[in-house]
Amino acid sequence: MLGWEFPPFISGGLGTACYGLTKALSRQGTHITFVLPSGADADCDFMKVLTAQGYLISNEFKNIRFRTIKSALKPYISSANLGGSFLSNAQSSQSWQAGSVSQQHYGRDVLEQVNKFEQNAREIAQTEDFDIIHAHDWMTFPAAISSAQLTGKPSVVHVHSTEFDRSGEHVNQAIYDIERFGMHRADRIVAVSNYTKNIITSRYAVSPDKIDVVYNGVEDDGSIRTLEDKKTKIVLYLGRITFQKGPDYFVDAAKKVLEKMDNVKFIMAGDGDMTRRMIEYAAWLGIGHKIFFTKFLRGQNVHRAYQMADLYVMPSVSEPFGIAALEAMKNNVPILISKQSGVAETLHNALKVNFWDVNEMANKMIAVLKYPPLRTMLSENGRREAGTFRWEKSAAKINEIYKNVLACA
Amino acid sequence: MSSVCFYFQVHQPFRLRNYTIFDNGTNYYDDFKNAQICRKVADKCYLPANRLMLELIKKYNGKFRISYSITGVILEQLEKYAPDALDTFKQLADTGCVEFLAETYYHTLSSLYSHNEFTAQVDLHIAAIQKYFSQTPRIFRNTELVYNNQIAELIESMGRFDAIIAEGADHILGYKSPNFVYQPLRCKNLKLLLKNYRLSDDIAFRFSNQGWADWPLTAPKFAQWVDAINGCGYTVNLFMDYETFGEHQWESTGIFNFLRHLPEEILKHPDNNFKTPSEVVKAFPASETLDIPYTVSWADIERDLSAWLGNPMQHNALTEIYKLEDSIKSAADDALIADWRKLQTSDHFYYMCTKWFSDGDVHKYFNPYDSPYDSYINFMNVMDNLNTRCSDILSLKKMTSGRPQKKTSTKLIRRPLRKNMEKSFATGLQ
Repeated sequence: MLGWEFPPFISGGLGTACYGLTKALSRQGTHITFVLPSGADADCDFMKVLTAQGYLISNEFKNIRFRTIKSALKPYISSANLGGSFLSNAQSSQSWQAGSVSQQHYGRDVLEQVNKFEQNAREIAQTEDFDIIHAHDWMTFPAAISSAQLTGKPSVVHVHSTEFDRSGEHVNQAIYDIERFGMHRADRIVAVSNYTKNIITSRYAVSPDKIDVVYNGVEDDGSIRTLEDKKTKIVLYLGRITFQKGPDYFVDAAKKVLEKMDNVKFIMAGDGDMTRRMIEYAAWLGIGHKIFFTKFLRGQNVHRAYQMADLYVMPSVSEPFGIAALEAMKNNVPILISKQSGVAETLHNALKVNFWDVNEMANKMIAVLKYPPLRTMLSENGRREAGTFRWEKSAAKINEIYKNVLACA
Repeated sequence: MSSVCFYFQVHQPFRLRNYTIFDNGTNYYDDFKNAQICRKVADKCYLPANRLMLELIKKYNGKFRISYSITGVILEQLEKYAPDALDTFKQLADTGCVEFLAETYYHTLSSLYSHNEFTAQVDLHIAAIQKYFSQTPRIFRNTELVYNNQIAELIESMGRFDAIIAEGADHILGYKSPNFVYQPLRCKNLKLLLKNYRLSDDIAFRFSNQGWADWPLTAPKFAQWVDAINGCGYTVNLFMDYETFGEHQWESTGIFNFLRHLPEEILKHPDNNFKTPSEVVKAFPASETLDIPYTVSWADIERDLSAWLGNPMQHNALTEIYKLEDSIKSAADDALIADWRKLQTSDHFYYMCTKWFSDGDVHKYFNPYDSPYDSYINFMNVMDNLNTRCSDILSLKKMTSGRPQKKTSTKLIRRPLRKNMEKSFATGLQ
């Protein structure tokens, strides 16, 4: 299995997904060699991924071996690397969703790193004994395809997100080409939702017959929380602050909510290339004192954020799945998610809204904060429903796919 | 001897438009959607079914008899959006073979919340039936056949009804048969008619179900089942939504043909006939007193209130709307009262139902919302506006009855102030 991030060092949902899926697969007796990039360069967050080898001792991962490759693969850029202020950007490029920003999602030499990963993965492929190659997202697609060619083993590519999700219409052509190449060459494609499956068929011209939809799961941390009636309500945004996640719509909706009620605070937990701009935007709207930015949260802090929240909002412009929404539900937090997300297609006990419909978004936020029965029902039924998304189910489906692919190969 | 007693429910609510907390218009209704649905139902169901009924009544020369319960809210909509369908109902009334029943004008659950409001709405409905069909109803059917001992007593105390209609649910009847006439507990004159839900649902729900062992249901087969009741019952009460014909069961299922041939097959047996509820009540004595302490209805498989009062949102919305009664009535504004009553229509609470599975299909029919949560939010927003309107009227009343002179003086001071502020704001922007 080829991946590019693994807990505890993650920047988004992909690492969480790889963790949950491999753990469940391993429990079902599938042997996995997990190949990860890891930079030897000390200045990279991601080199710490090396410590993933510590999992080898753990019983739960007894069927998994980790191999790491020395390449500084750092998929996203944080606000610290990004200069420019909200105002100057807004003036120069007119909109803060423009392509000029999306081009910078990735470190500058990312394509080089992908190449390096491919070279090294080929070497590993020759020394390892395996039946099938399973690659997570585009950075590992070239490695998967060339290893498959080299060894004659079948390959499965797992699409957790596409370039269209990350960058809207202003796609990076090189990345699109790699995604397309991987999807067409692979023996089978796994998509995290029908929403993503549709993007793959319509934007990458892949036959729908080749794609299986496997929903993600969510880890049960067993915590139960009682909703108390607080004076000041807290609305939580938790995710990277980038174009894809729609943080600007959240801020706009917050402004509208504050027109109607005063006892609300908004927390934006996460980091990304739009963080600074959002801080300035909130200040510009005159609601800077009501929106709190926490930067990237990890582990216990994520948990605490959920515990504080009266409502979780995921206003994504395009969200292939949205594990964070399920995590919020698991923590008894009512959720409001955009219809442009994979989870929205199956969830009943969630409020849904089109990401651009700021009015409706604010309307629903207010309703949750204002009407206790709504909050109670979303919270209780939501927790129950989130419990049906189990990694065991996802893993069983993946195993089934492996079987079919091997039977055809 | 067995009589077939048909009663059809005719109702469509005033659906609410998408109303956010930021809206403050006083038209709460989705006029476009309501007109569209009303027109569609009229074309697919009311018009063809009414024409068929007229034809059958003529053909059997008074032997084919039926009854309707038409809510006030659908009458209002028919008048606006489908007057041709309303005309055919009037023609049916003119035949003398059709009886109209009484219910709450706004198709509400007021019987459970406010007896004053309940009787007011029943009076309104009777007046509407008199106006449109020149009949005075003598039989009462409550919204969705919601029934318990208290409701029956209340109806008897009104003194204008001969009988009340309820669901013949198994858990209230036990071994007893719905095919007799009963008397509600503690009632002296009022009789009780029970729906034969098996035979009714055979037509209303199972008619086109190909997985059903008795599919396809033909008129001779159904008549045979009715014949079988001979000797162990007086009447077969077939109560159902009128939309069964053409909407719930599409024309292509053969439902109209089934109906066309049914009278012939039923009347083949010399002991059979058709009767309206009033005729049933007159013809047969009450055979027993029936004690129904728990509320029953004709909805879903539970036959209880869970379709409207099954979750906290529904409880909350219903309690809140009836809490407004006193202030709305003291505001004494006709438009306000009408809006408040239209918000009581049971359908609004039905849309908030979260029982998904087997019953979910029926709930989805004509449901304008994607999710029960959305319907709750929308409803609460409208009610919030209604509440504000009400308090505005009330405070205005207080002001005008108090010191009218002071009011004009504050206005004089306020106006220039605001102008000045706007000016300074505008210059500030420049």
